[in-house]
Amino acid sequence: MSEASQSHATITSLADIKEYRGLLSWVASIDHKQIGIMYVVSAYFFLFVGVVEALIMRLQLIRPNNHLISPETYDQLFTMHGTTMVFLMAMPLLFGFSVYLVPLMIGARDMAFPRLNALGFWLYFFGALMLYFSFMAGGAPAAGWFGYAPLTEKSYSFDHGIDYWALSLLVMGAGSVATGINLIVTVLTLRAPGMTLRRLPLFVWMVFINGILVVLAMPPLNAALVMILADRLLNTHFFTPATGGSALMWQNYFWMFGHPEVYILVLPAFGVISEVIPVFSRKVMYGYGLMATSTVAIAFLSFGVWLHHMFATGLGFAILYLFAASSMLIAVPTGIKIFNWIATMWGGTIRFSTPMLFATAFLIQFTIGGLSGITFAAIPLDWQLTDSYFVVAHIHYVLLGGTVFAMIAGTYYWFPKVTGRMMSERVGRWNFWLLVIGFNGTFAVLHILGVLGMPRRVYTYPDVPYFGLLHAISTYFAFVLVLGLLVFVANMIWSLLRGKVAGDDPWDAWTLEWATSSPPPPENFERVRTIHGRRPLWDLKHAAVAPAATKEGR
Amino acid sequence: MTMTNAVMSAMGGQMHHHTSVFNAQTPQAQSIANLFYIDLAIAAVIFLTVTALVIAAVIRFRARPGDGEPYQDPGNPKLETLWTVVPALILLFLLVLTARAMFIVNPPVGTRKPDVIVVAHQWWWEYRYPSSGVVTANELHMPAGTNWLLGIQSADVIHDFWVPDLGAKMDAIPGHPNVLWITPQKTGTYLGTCAEYCGAEHAMMGIRVIVQPPEEFAQWEKAQLHAPAPPVAAAAVRGAGLFEEKTCMNCHNIAGTKARALVGPDLTHLADRDTIGSNLIANNLTNLAQWIADPQSLKPGCNMPNLRLSGAEAEDIAVYLESLK
Repeated sequence: MSEASQSHATITSLADIKEYRGLLSWVASIDHKQIGIMYVVSAYFFLFVGVVEALIMRLQLIRPNNHLISPETYDQLFTMHGTTMVFLMAMPLLFGFSVYLVPLMIGARDMAFPRLNALGFWLYFFGALMLYFSFMAGGAPAAGWFGYAPLTEKSYSFDHGIDYWALSLLVMGAGSVATGINLIVTVLTLRAPGMTLRRLPLFVWMVFINGILVVLAMPPLNAALVMILADRLLNTHFFTPATGGSALMWQNYFWMFGHPEVYILVLPAFGVISEVIPVFSRKVMYGYGLMATSTVAIAFLSFGVWLHHMFATGLGFAILYLFAASSMLIAVPTGIKIFNWIATMWGGTIRFSTPMLFATAFLIQFTIGGLSGITFAAIPLDWQLTDSYFVVAHIHYVLLGGTVFAMIAGTYYWFPKVTGRMMSERVGRWNFWLLVIGFNGTFAVLHILGVLGMPRRVYTYPDVPYFGLLHAISTYFAFVLVLGLLVFVANMIWSLLRGKVAGDDPWDAWTLEWATSSPPPPENFERVRTIHGRRPLWDLKHAAVAPAATKEGR
Repeated sequence: MTMTNAVMSAMGGQMHHHTSVFNAQTPQAQSIANLFYIDLAIAAVIFLTVTALVIAAVIRFRARPGDGEPYQDPGNPKLETLWTVVPALILLFLLVLTARAMFIVNPPVGTRKPDVIVVAHQWWWEYRYPSSGVVTANELHMPAGTNWLLGIQSADVIHDFWVPDLGAKMDAIPGHPNVLWITPQKTGTYLGTCAEYCGAEHAMMGIRVIVQPPEEFAQWEKAQLHAPAPPVAAAAVRGAGLFEEKTCMNCHNIAGTKARALVGPDLTHLADRDTIGSNLIANNLTNLAQWIADPQSLKPGCNMPNLRLSGAEAEDIAVYLESLK
């Protein structure tokens, strides 16, 4: 396999790697591991920022007719919260995991284009700073994270917030395309000898498909951003109906990006779950082939469902039928994954370490998000529920209860590899229960508010029966959720400094990243032997016991 | 349903009351509610199946001391086909119900012209009745028992007309006129709100729909067409003068007077309305005077400026407006 662990026996923490010493070694780095760490640290920083924004909103909503903050402030907060969580937290978090892990999992030295990798990170980093600079430059954007025209036009949003918003998304969008291309080429060209596409770890499969999604989905957004900037700065008329433009065109462009984007935010999370569940259930992934093909199906279909964000815009029945059918169809490959993960657990010997706890909660919470998603595909239900708090509940079950829970599972799982230290299991359990209780308490009640007619994006609401009560419940649980996140951050910091030394392979796992030292040396592996199956380390450990297992994926 | 109705009409005069997707008061809303029950039942079955399987796996297959590595089951095409085909069939069933409900809720219009045109503004609603020529604001009057077609339009940014008890919502998009069928069956007051984020006062863009018996609606419509009588009381006469002098007439229309502007809500029969500020506060002299003196204190960010009127001036204008019947 790899002799790295022998030659780097002295590496037990990042401080042991002399190449990573000093600020310059990070700023000027083209090492995929340093870039990955910088992505993840930045993403968790912006998670904190986005959570603070959300908490201020929840305090404003704690009772009816509240005037804690002004409408303008509230509008800026929900716009920045959404933009931050999607573009500054979730995407870079997933990119961070992707660029860190893909080369290790396929036995490569680095990404295919290390400098492009660094460029992608720094475009994201400075794009993010540009977005937040808007607060000091006359006002943050206040048109929502999907910035519907013509509200974003100069006549309705006259300060520079929208300009900063569009420019920073454009800069980050360019970085994302670069990273997407880099991931595709890396997977296609740098796999270890013997690692055919049918032997690729599922995380790598999902990241590979994700790269394709990123490359195809970002251009419509980038084009739309150029058009809105031209409207605002050059007085063109792309989205101004009074002068021949089309307000709906923005929505078509945005969601042509926006729906694949949802899967961009979810596929790597699926990848994490597909690594964690088998390892902690001690079983090979159930139905590997169907898991990979269902991912391809999701990616393909995700480009044909965007109109379900526009069911209430008054479209013809023929197009509505088509998009209702495609939106329901995309639930099938997603459902397959849920059942295959459960089937992987079935008959296993499941170890409930913290990563597995989060993966288990993911299964149930993501199912709830998926079922509320199907509700929107049944068009007349969308006509009632879209733009209500039901949507707020749905998106948080998918992206927080789904993606973020999966990424926390991934953080607990790979933290030992990245830092050389184990995260505390005891604190992990506290972290898990606080987050499960806090998350479900905050967001489950929001479904009811939507059914009762509460629209989203309102800074306050009248004293209608139940509204105040349900919002108060949501706000109190939000504090539990935040406490859970603080425990998570504290666990990371404490474990980095004091955590138990992990060793190469603390989970008895079977993908290649566990064959090198923790943290891996700059060159990753000294030598990678030919791969004979989907689980190279399992094959190595069980060569004598279960020769049949090595036949998988031939 | 009948009990809910009694409660509804008892609360009809109130500013705000309970609404719900399930409190269906039209055939359209009922069709959506029925579909929602089926959707929820399907969701419950799937959710319980998944949760039961996860819990069973967690309990049965938790690692115990001394466990070796389990049997490495690579998958079972038959089982995997099962959980591909069964959900697909369930969704196909839901799709058929969806298509059926769509035809009940918002069937194609053909050449039928809207009975009322809803024009959304930042942040209020204009209602135009093309057959009679009535123009009013913020309170939509409709006759009970009639299948009405609403034209949904916007004067500025995208808004959305949503009254949960009456059924579907519909976006008001500039340059893209939409339509929505509503067949209110019972008289009463129904509340809704703008559901598409439209700027600073999106939160205070309430909808108030007053469903009347057809003959009462006809009377209302007829009364709306008459220009209100000129003011007689001294305060009202002063108020009418101030309305012209203090630039109120630059934005508002009052039939039979010099005020012809169409920027803000039409005030011709303001005194007939239950509320002001788009279902924001009850329409009475005190509230109206406060609104005229400082609208920004009640609806921060709205387009009506603080005109720096004295308290007495605001009161006089309020007296005048409350005489417009």
